[in-house]
Amino acid sequence: MRIKAQIAMVMNLDKCIGCHTCSVTCKNTWTNRPGTEYVWFNNVETRPGPGYPQEWENQERYRGGWSLVKGKLTLRSGGPGAKLAHIFYNPDLPSIDDYYEPWTYDYQALVDSPRRKHQPVARAHSLVTGEVMEKPIWGPNWDDDLAGGPEIAPRDPNLPALFQQVAFEYEQAFMMYLPRICNHCLNPACVAACPSGAMYKREEDGIVLVDQDACRGWRFCVSACPYKKVYFNWNTHKAEKCNFCYPRIEAGLPTVCSETCVGRIRYLGPILYDADKVKDAASVSGLTDVYEAQLDIFLNPGDPDIIQEARKQGIPESWIEGAKKSPVYKMAIEWKIALPLHPEYRTLPMVWYVPPLSPMMNHLANEYAMDADSYLTAVDSMRIPVEYLASILAAGDTAPVRRSLLRLTALRVAKREKNVGYGSEPLASSRLFQEAGLTLDQLEEMARLLAVAKHQERFVVPTGNRNPDENLEYQQGACGLEELAPPEGLKKPQPARSVKR
Amino acid sequence: MNQFWWVIYPYVALVVMIAGSLYRYAHNPMSWGSRSSELLEKSWLKWGSLLFHWGILLVIIGHVMGLLVPLSFYRAMGISSAFYHESADILGGITGLMTWTGVLILLGRRLSNIRVRRNSSLSDMLVLILLFIVVTTGDYLTIVRNNVVGPYEYRSTVGPWLRGLLVFHPNQALMVNVPLLFKIHIILAFLVFAVSPFTRLVHIWSLPLAYFRRTPIQYRDREQYRYKKISM
Repeated sequence: MRIKAQIAMVMNLDKCIGCHTCSVTCKNTWTNRPGTEYVWFNNVETRPGPGYPQEWENQERYRGGWSLVKGKLTLRSGGPGAKLAHIFYNPDLPSIDDYYEPWTYDYQALVDSPRRKHQPVARAHSLVTGEVMEKPIWGPNWDDDLAGGPEIAPRDPNLPALFQQVAFEYEQAFMMYLPRICNHCLNPACVAACPSGAMYKREEDGIVLVDQDACRGWRFCVSACPYKKVYFNWNTHKAEKCNFCYPRIEAGLPTVCSETCVGRIRYLGPILYDADKVKDAASVSGLTDVYEAQLDIFLNPGDPDIIQEARKQGIPESWIEGAKKSPVYKMAIEWKIALPLHPEYRTLPMVWYVPPLSPMMNHLANEYAMDADSYLTAVDSMRIPVEYLASILAAGDTAPVRRSLLRLTALRVAKREKNVGYGSEPLASSRLFQEAGLTLDQLEEMARLLAVAKHQERFVVPTGNRNPDENLEYQQGACGLEELAPPEGLKKPQPARSVKR
Repeated sequence: MNQFWWVIYPYVALVVMIAGSLYRYAHNPMSWGSRSSELLEKSWLKWGSLLFHWGILLVIIGHVMGLLVPLSFYRAMGISSAFYHESADILGGITGLMTWTGVLILLGRRLSNIRVRRNSSLSDMLVLILLFIVVTTGDYLTIVRNNVVGPYEYRSTVGPWLRGLLVFHPNQALMVNVPLLFKIHIILAFLVFAVSPFTRLVHIWSLPLAYFRRTPIQYRDREQYRYKKISM
């Protein structure tokens, strides 16, 4: 057993209002530079829709993620040999038009305009070429809130063909928001696809980063990531990606997207996992089995044996404590209400989603008179088809999604029972309760975490472990110049490279 | 003058190439890379890049066969001069034209596609123009001169000179009577070597062969990263 810790995220889609605050604060923090104007480390998509970049889920086209070739886990776009053969031209790489051509407006024209009969106009200028763009044809969230409707939304790769005609009749249309960041996968395809070895997963917290000095701009990470969350900066000609706000995480602060989320839909917490099991979990044969296999990798932080072993392997005490209190562990592993995004890509993503309940209130006409079991039919006839959610969150398997929705519904009924009483029978003796399979105490704990949890409960972020330098005397007073001017009489410390993890 | 062009200049060019590359690698590793513009334009790049790169790789093999492999080796193998030049004409012509078409497409794309042009540095332009001239002269020698004027036996002049250069025994006398266009082709080629560290051409040295040997998923801890930076 090789224990590693990972800082993971849960997003509760039931509470996402699609305000894009996460995207905007992220952009202002990380990608407001030349070459990254089109880059959104965090974006919020309206689904159904083609997403960003368009049709990113269409792996026939972009060939991202992993697949099994004769039982062996292989990058869908091929191994090192295939990469080298395509090094002069990567056929799977999206072009900037698949994202959008970024632009700004000529605001100065408004200021400088002389007095005249008509209002001056600020024209759109491309940030790639500087030229005037008469008519931008696609942009960030072009299809926000189903804009473009039946013309654009059916380009969602999750929609089976026959589904399309029905789903976009006005009366039947459904919609949800899907905020996306890098999933900081346990089995990251981008890392495996980098010919230069510039991408890596951090031992301490599992954050996946790009070494800008080692990146040679071969671009295979961009196409290999099935979520299209590695971007190519066309100004520096290097890959960039969501870095999980690692400087904040190291300091014990939540990521900017989590901190600024007005709906408080995001949760952060450490999870302990067994790194030896990662490859086998990603290699299970059935696509719908990957989710369960991923759950098996995680280690129970309540188990004293696990804790003892984690200590022995050098996991810091604060991370073990964090793992015990981790809201992510509770939602993803204990209650199983949070699901990974497209587990069938075999990347074992570590950003988890609680599926949305398709605004219950509008759906239930006379909730005050309802029995607990009547909610069962409500769950099975939600406005957002369970098959659609399953295609995004469970490789098409409706069972885990239904379980999650049942549990969220049971939570709702439990709280209603407390506040307004129940109809003919209490929740505890209903079929809904049975099928949901959680105890009343668990539902109560869930209610707290999902609805009222405070900052500290939502974000359990242990500060980065700083291993003290072997020879502090040597660094004392050197102001970081010890390489140029070593303190006299002191021996240079040898790097502790031999430490095996 | 002969001493300058066939002894001093090539060595200066090679020293600039090696020292310049090392300097850039050590002091500005962030700038080291292929400077790809595929994100901005894909359809022309596909043909230009594929033709050029595969073409030039084959052309390099051709140059090794023509210049680094001694004439005596071919004689020992029983390959006649006529047969050699005939093959060099055909194979060199095909690969040369591949490369030339590729570089022409790349140059045209860089100049005419506004997205690419606006995001090109001066060095991106210069490199392509220089390569275009070098490849054009090379193709002219292989395809036109070979068939109009007749084959030139560079294996007894340019070849020995280059091999001498590489083992630090340059013999400028060998180059004196080489036709002018060959001389221009060689001088420009060394110019490409000399400017390479200051252009995108450095990506040649980053051919990722270590990729075949490493484990797919890389882990690094912060300590390791820090010491790597210091030791660089």
